[in-house]
Amino acid sequence: MELALRLSSDAPHYLSWGWLSVSVPNLIVIGAMLALFVLALVLPFPGNRRKTGDRS
Amino acid sequence: MSTTTARHESAPAAPPTTWIGHLRGLLERKLPYEKLLPETQPSYVASWIYVFGVATLGALGVIVASGAVLAFEGPAWYHISHTGLFFNSLHFWSVQLFFFFMVIHLFGKFWMAAWRGNRAKTWITGTLAFVVSVGAALTGYVVQTNFDSQWIAFEAKDGLNATGVGSWFNVANLGQNLLIHVFLLPAIIAVLVAIHVLLVRVHGVVPPIDAAKVEAPPVPTVPEREGVR
Repeated sequence: MELALRLSSDAPHYLSWGWLSVSVPNLIVIGAMLALFVLALVLPFPGNRRKTGDRS
Repeated sequence: MSTTTARHESAPAAPPTTWIGHLRGLLERKLPYEKLLPETQPSYVASWIYVFGVATLGALGVIVASGAVLAFEGPAWYHISHTGLFFNSLHFWSVQLFFFFMVIHLFGKFWMAAWRGNRAKTWITGTLAFVVSVGAALTGYVVQTNFDSQWIAFEAKDGLNATGVGSWFNVANLGQNLLIHVFLLPAIIAVLVAIHVLLVRVHGVVPPIDAAKVEAPPVPTVPEREGVR
């Protein structure tokens, strides 16, 4: 709990590439969204074993 | 009374003569019950990428419910009591999930070119809902009534003043932002989301680009054919 409070109260570390500046927490969230997007495309959907064209 | 009912049931439907009749006819044509509450979906909908729209709606429901509790109890409660802190956090984290799911929904629909098949209005209302939600999030951050909200407000005011809107929209004005956050923007989002979902029902869920060649007929050109996948 103390660690969580300290992490949430400290100023975030920023990464900069030229004009682009992004905080590490924001970069983690963006990475997580991209990762979940890719997983949503490749992971099989439960119960989707019918052949293409069927109505589910 | 029973005679009138019997005559209505047996007589053919007369053409509408009032604006209410025309509106009823329009709704019956555009939104028949089987479209409004469908029991089946095309096979391509059985994919995780189609889950994030309804996940966004679920998060929005938690936002509205937890926000209503916060509004009734007030900041003296949600800053101090354990239950209040829980609901405060519930509101905050459901907003994070709302945007998280909405952005993935946006990724999916963008790469599917979801405006295809006469679905431009669906795309536009979704985009508008996203933009208004950003405003709702900003006003939410500045009405937290803590040091965080003061910091965000005084950072945001410089940016907003640079655009010239500072003369009528002041993020340091707690009353103005509170009313915008708890009434104006939620009302706009509710209307936009309702239209967005109804348009999804009218036109159907957009098929993947490769599935469109196999499953979808050509883009409809007459209103009666709208919604055909």
